[in-house]
Amino acid sequence: MDLWYGLATGALFGVLLQRCEVLRYDRQLGALRLRDMTIVKFMLTTVVVGMIGVYGLLDLGLVKLSVKPAVLGGNIIGGLIFGLGWGLVGYCPGTAAGALGEGRLDAFWAILGMIVGAALYAEAYPRLLETVLTWGDLGKLTLPQVLGMNHWLVIGPFAVLVILIFRLFERLRL
Amino acid sequence: MFDPQTRRKPMNPYLGGALAGLLVVLSVYGAGKFFGASTTFVRVAGYLESTVLAERVAAMPYFLKELPKLDWQMMFVAGIFLGAFLSSLLGNSFRLLPVPDTFAARFGRSAGQRGIVAFLGGILAMFGARLADGCPSGHGLSGTLQLSVSGFVALACFFVGGLIMAKLLYGGR
Repeated sequence: MDLWYGLATGALFGVLLQRCEVLRYDRQLGALRLRDMTIVKFMLTTVVVGMIGVYGLLDLGLVKLSVKPAVLGGNIIGGLIFGLGWGLVGYCPGTAAGALGEGRLDAFWAILGMIVGAALYAEAYPRLLETVLTWGDLGKLTLPQVLGMNHWLVIGPFAVLVILIFRLFERLRL
Repeated sequence: MFDPQTRRKPMNPYLGGALAGLLVVLSVYGAGKFFGASTTFVRVAGYLESTVLAERVAAMPYFLKELPKLDWQMMFVAGIFLGAFLSSLLGNSFRLLPVPDTFAARFGRSAGQRGIVAFLGGILAMFGARLADGCPSGHGLSGTLQLSVSGFVALACFFVGGLIMAKLLYGGR
């Protein structure tokens, strides 16, 4: 059953990504060149809606969170390496699959590269586990915990900040 | 296949993003699953490697952590492919294209050159995503919407790295 839920959820997400042109190299590089914020608009709207929905259901005791540990060494160094690669490839792992679906043949090479990248990481993992992945290990941490605040006092200002960012994008016609 | 006259306007990204947000909420409520994509590439790599080096793969800690098996996330990634394929066919935007327009305008129409850049970028992106413990789905969407510190830190670094590479490749253009 899990598998069918996964396929259906992915398919609906794929339709939305495709219809908004978020899958395209041109849109992804557009954001990284600060010329076209389509993917950022899509992403931040998803985050705000998802945040309100998930935390609402959490308060009702209907869902569980699945927070990844903050390991600053891994998050920061890995994040920067990902970003450099993302600038070259112009797809992220999820959108590469979608881009191939809409006929973008370069996404095939991107996916192949990503599989090789995963294999190389598996080779390096034992050494990384003793070094980078021990740097700045803060455990499973959320912003409300860091700030010692109720989560709605973080979600509210975050939503306002996102709306202000959107207004700026629209004013600058990005 | 591609005709600008019949091309539909893209969906508004705020609308699409909001619908995707509802989809996340539904998925977390219905299946207990947050979006993510990059672990699937580890499972596929482990599976492919195990067809030639079964014993070696069986002893590697990272492949033991992420076993090569079919799971929710792998089907989710396959679903993105399928959804994009059907949507682009129905919307008349399916286009067999070896080199994206922006890339071609800057570096030329060589499919080989673009393929090499995409392949190398893919290696770097996935290595980084695994080190960061997530990609723009796992950290960028699922992490930030749970207000996790790792999500915000990783997402910021994704963009910093991306901005640097875009600047190197395209300069001010």
